[in-house]
Amino acid sequence: MNQSTKHANVTDLASAPWHDDIFAALKKAKVRQVPYVPDAGHARLIERVHADPEMRGIVLTTEEEGVAVACGAWLGGERAVLLLQSSGVGNCINMLSLVGNCRFPFLALVTMRGEWAEFNPWQVPMARATQGTLELMGVTVLRVDKAEDVGETVSAALDSAFNSDQAVAVLLSQRLIGRKSWTR
Amino acid sequence: MSGSDDTSTPLDRRAAVRALVAERGDLLVVAGLGSSAYDLAAAGDHPANFYLWGAMGGAALMGFGLALAQPTRPVLVITGDGEQLMGLGGLATIGVQRPANLTVVVLDNGHFGETGMQRSHTGLGVDLVAVAMACGFAWAHEVKAADDLTALARRSRSKSGCGFARVVVAAENPPRVLPPRDGVHLKHRFRQELGLGVS
Repeated sequence: MNQSTKHANVTDLASAPWHDDIFAALKKAKVRQVPYVPDAGHARLIERVHADPEMRGIVLTTEEEGVAVACGAWLGGERAVLLLQSSGVGNCINMLSLVGNCRFPFLALVTMRGEWAEFNPWQVPMARATQGTLELMGVTVLRVDKAEDVGETVSAALDSAFNSDQAVAVLLSQRLIGRKSWTR
Repeated sequence: MSGSDDTSTPLDRRAAVRALVAERGDLLVVAGLGSSAYDLAAAGDHPANFYLWGAMGGAALMGFGLALAQPTRPVLVITGDGEQLMGLGGLATIGVQRPANLTVVVLDNGHFGETGMQRSHTGLGVDLVAVAMACGFAWAHEVKAADDLTALARRSRSKSGCGFARVVVAAENPPRVLPPRDGVHLKHRFRQELGLGVS
């Protein structure tokens, strides 16, 4: 299946090595299911997931689907990690009650929009609410601003989630991801 | 369109669910919140039953993640029309992946039974079988006769293609039979049944 995203600066983003650090951490932790709503900031990672025979990339129509998929995966003994953009965090609110009530391990990797050199004001409200929304629903939030910290933070979040039955989200800051080009 | 102009006698939901889980063998079951969960509990509690008490719209997707993780076991999702309608996009997500061991059964009474029997979209003409077919499920059909439930049960155990069935049931609320509602307990006993570790 062709899951590639056509976007002006995806190629630039795809070259950033921290995407590969995330992939390496997911591989090392034996993550098998990767449900996602696409984001340009995750494009390289999504491509690598689809190319890996041990992983299944699962495109979603809305982010809360991935919460339920991840819980079902764990019920059956597999690890899943949800990829989404900050604008999709709000969509997950009620489904996160499944994670909290059953103490399912949960990890979401959230690419941030609306917080740094943002062109599109419609991204801003949910960006402001992202961390609070997650915390209100019992999810521990870790934030990464520097490329060199990405791999270790995701690895630590994987350990917290799957060794300690925690719900964790890693916010990948918009400054880390880079400015979106609107000129072509 | 199916639903509102239906003249056949709808099935009894409790009897339908009993038939679907009879002699269940290695079947794994996820039930959506409300009446579907009560129906499954009424058919007999089992550690390989996972009952949702919330997370509306998530039942089929939870069964889907489970089916991917346990490809050698048949996975049956039993849910209501209202619950499935809240996760309608999930049928597209599942239809793209199509695990052969997953069957989604919607007990369709055309109403929101738990909240006062307001008519649902299926009661107003939306056809979930057509939706499932359009989303790419390997098979999808209606069940209106009790005799066809046995065939549906058999098919759901066969792991022969990602399937969907709309079982037409009467719009009535039988007395509640309450399953366990502690989520951690339900999770642990389910995983233990599969031989998985409990943290």
